[in-house]
Amino acid sequence: MENVLPLFVVIPLAAGFVLPVVGLLKPGRFCAPICLGAVGALVVLSCMMFAGEPVVVTWMGGWVGQADPSSVTGIAMVCDGLTRLILLIISVVSLAAVLFSTSYMRSYTKVCLYYGPMMLMIAGMNGVVLSGDLFNIYVFLEVAAIASYALVGFGVESEELEASFKYLVLSAIASGFILLGVAIVYNLTGTLNLAQIGALIEGSEPNKALLLAIGLFLAGFGLKAAMVPFHAWLPDAHPSAPAPVSAMLSGILIKASGVYVLARIVFNVVGVHQSAVPAVLIMMGTLSLVVGALLMTAQWDFKRLLAYSSISHMGYVILALGVGAEQMAAGQHAAASLIMFAGLFHLANHAVFKSLLFLCSGSVVHRTGLRDMRAVAGIARRMPVTGFCTRVGSLSIGGVPPFNGFFSKLLIVIGLCWAGHPFLAVVAVLISFVTLYTFIKVQRYVLEGDVPQEFSAVTESPLPMLVAMAFLSVLCLGMGLLLPLHRFVLLEPAKDALFNGLGYARSVFGG
Amino acid sequence: MRGMTLIVKTTASLLIGFVVLFGAYIILTGHLSPGGGFAGGVILAAGLLLIVLAFGADPLRKGLGHNFALVWESLGAVGFLAVALLGFIAGTFFAHFIPHLTGFGLLTGGSIVLSNIAIGIKVGAGLFGAFLMLAAFRASESADKTEKGDGNDT
Repeated sequence: MENVLPLFVVIPLAAGFVLPVVGLLKPGRFCAPICLGAVGALVVLSCMMFAGEPVVVTWMGGWVGQADPSSVTGIAMVCDGLTRLILLIISVVSLAAVLFSTSYMRSYTKVCLYYGPMMLMIAGMNGVVLSGDLFNIYVFLEVAAIASYALVGFGVESEELEASFKYLVLSAIASGFILLGVAIVYNLTGTLNLAQIGALIEGSEPNKALLLAIGLFLAGFGLKAAMVPFHAWLPDAHPSAPAPVSAMLSGILIKASGVYVLARIVFNVVGVHQSAVPAVLIMMGTLSLVVGALLMTAQWDFKRLLAYSSISHMGYVILALGVGAEQMAAGQHAAASLIMFAGLFHLANHAVFKSLLFLCSGSVVHRTGLRDMRAVAGIARRMPVTGFCTRVGSLSIGGVPPFNGFFSKLLIVIGLCWAGHPFLAVVAVLISFVTLYTFIKVQRYVLEGDVPQEFSAVTESPLPMLVAMAFLSVLCLGMGLLLPLHRFVLLEPAKDALFNGLGYARSVFGG
Repeated sequence: MRGMTLIVKTTASLLIGFVVLFGAYIILTGHLSPGGGFAGGVILAAGLLLIVLAFGADPLRKGLGHNFALVWESLGAVGFLAVALLGFIAGTFFAHFIPHLTGFGLLTGGSIVLSNIAIGIKVGAGLFGAFLMLAAFRASESADKTEKGDGNDT
């Protein structure tokens, strides 16, 4: 089983590099099938991973590391419960996005140069979540980020290039912070392996240099996850990309390169006992939750509204993980367990319904060419399937019962009350109302109303786009209703991986 | 770009072989001495740039253009992945799958030599392609029409 791990990076990387050559031979013929094949293989592989050992470790080139940090150490890839969850989310959302692209990208030229960076971005994200090594996390982060700059600017209109450049500059600053943090940690511990760093920190005295490094990580990965003081790039970058790429950026990139790494470092590497770290997470989470939602209400651009809502929903996840860390440090294991479970559940749900909504916005743009919600109306009548999927996505994100968003928000609110934060619970509920209000506005303006004269000939989008949207809609319903079934496979192992805390080192080295 | 004077062209055609040879030397002895795939690839790219700078756009039309860079860059990357995957013959990803002798010969590096060759090809072609792109942007005002002719593969 451990030999499968490198394939998660190799398959999309190989596809990404074969595509430009294939694009020269037969323009536009083989690009989409190759990508679909690669992403399909990733879905199968990530499902296969659930059959293996709880923690799978592979060492590059057979240089097996030891728990003792002074020993020779190779480069590790680690797959535990949390990694499995994120890998599956990445594969599933990528599959929907690539399927959607096969029709959506017909209106663009040079499609092979679009699929290439898309595959490299998937390779980068898979690399980030699989890497057991701080520096390789940084390298794969850059692979994913550089591919995403190219994708954000793919339309090469002035607005898109501006968004791409703004994203590039801010993201490069974040990468600088992260690299500086990596350097400080390496200087302190003499190793880059996450498990060895965790083992060394577990027995050491509190250290100011380490706190500086944690601060740099919080700023760097906080920017990648679009936490509020560092969120300015996201509302420009995410709507500017082609819709399937927006779905991947909002659905998985900010999670894989932001939230996942932040959670991994806080829980498994530096430990939750570091002073002030849980408090900072709670503060950043609450701020993103409130500010993202309030900015969202004023938007009339469909995709920009979705981008602001991503900030707000990442706030939910970071808030839940921060409260989980605080409760874990205080020894309240039951409350910590519940709220962390809820946070990860919301992370998975957000990946599904936000990608669904971005694909729906892409479907509307594909047929009408408009993103302004005031100019579009009556989509539900002209495009019934798109309308229905938009409704499913809106109800999920607004937290209306049978859909998945309701269950994760409910669990977060219960967890917050249990953890002794009734005020934050009230804020979470109120913001959920604001979200619901905004998405009622979306339905009122985009879906309902009389069909304007110029859209009377608008027809439903092509089949691959509908299949991609319907697939994600079914997931929206299924992930909520089937929670009792999939929680033991997907979410509990992921929560346990974080809950294991600094025991991560022992599980990697098989102690 | 119509190239430079006869003196430059003659000197360049004398030099180019040595530049490429030096690049290949740096790549192939990367496991023994300072250098390696990246440094050697940069020297290879410098050799290709020498041709373009001295002879102008002629070599670009004779197959040394942007597509040449694209294809070889992709081949280099795929080659590197192939070397990594062939490590599975010896058990794990990136493992040495060919025997490595002791001493200072060419075959003392195991699969590192092959990796260096792949990286050298990728870096050389990649840097050359980046130069061509920048040169095309620079010349885009005058050569806009000719550039658009081959750029519409949907």
